[in-house]
Amino acid sequence: MSVEVRVPTVLRPATGGAAALPAEGDTVGEVFDDLIERHPGLKGQLLTDAGELHRHLNVFLNDDDIRYLGKLDAKVADGDTLTLMPAVAGGAL
Amino acid sequence: MLVIRKQDLQQIFAQALDGYPLEVCGLLIGAETTPTPVHVGGGSGVTSASQQPAVKEEAQPGAQEATAYVELVVATDNIAESSRVYEIAPKALLQVDRLAEERGSQILGVYHSHTHTEAKPSPTDITQAPDPDWHYVLVSLRDVHPALRSWKIEGGKIEEEKVVVKW
Repeated sequence: MSVEVRVPTVLRPATGGAAALPAEGDTVGEVFDDLIERHPGLKGQLLTDAGELHRHLNVFLNDDDIRYLGKLDAKVADGDTLTLMPAVAGGAL
Repeated sequence: MLVIRKQDLQQIFAQALDGYPLEVCGLLIGAETTPTPVHVGGGSGVTSASQQPAVKEEAQPGAQEATAYVELVVATDNIAESSRVYEIAPKALLQVDRLAEERGSQILGVYHSHTHTEAKPSPTDITQAPDPDWHYVLVSLRDVHPALRSWKIEGGKIEEEKVVVKW
């Protein structure tokens, strides 16, 4: 499956400045593997050392958060869009 | 430098006061100029077309620092529902990002309130700052009148920036 991955500005140094990238895979995890193979700098930004989705990263498959679709096992289809977004949080604590 | 309209500033203050004692938050949509070169001989310092802000009349001739022009303030729920921390729902962030794209703008940054401390990034704000390109606007309700300050956060360091209110 061929999908488009949209990259937030904070991750673009690892993609040569690209805001959107084509990638291949049948699942989000496979798409990430494909991305990381071509842009190794993304690895630590997308995944933990244990290979799980980084908790400070939100990933949307089209309009849906992949945490509710099986996370890295979520199936993708041709023409889908994966949008990566940083978690936005903070506070006075 | 951050340029914000008076009504947008008032919207943020009203949200912060309405939400008290909880922290409130939201996102800033707008356009940002890149630093302009100095033109020897008193040139206009006009930016290129691609760099021009949406609020063109506010362009600062000869300005050397980047200027962010807030065009729209989008209040979002604080899903942490806390007086000490805030968190923007991922879905809300996605929706605001798409709204910005539809407008031909970008997310400039995030704002949130501190109910009992100054309008300065906390250690949590610093460690969790999602993007060094963003502007981090803090509203303090500690004193009688709300106070707003804007910051850049990069690599664990903070730097305050000027806020210009457009009346």
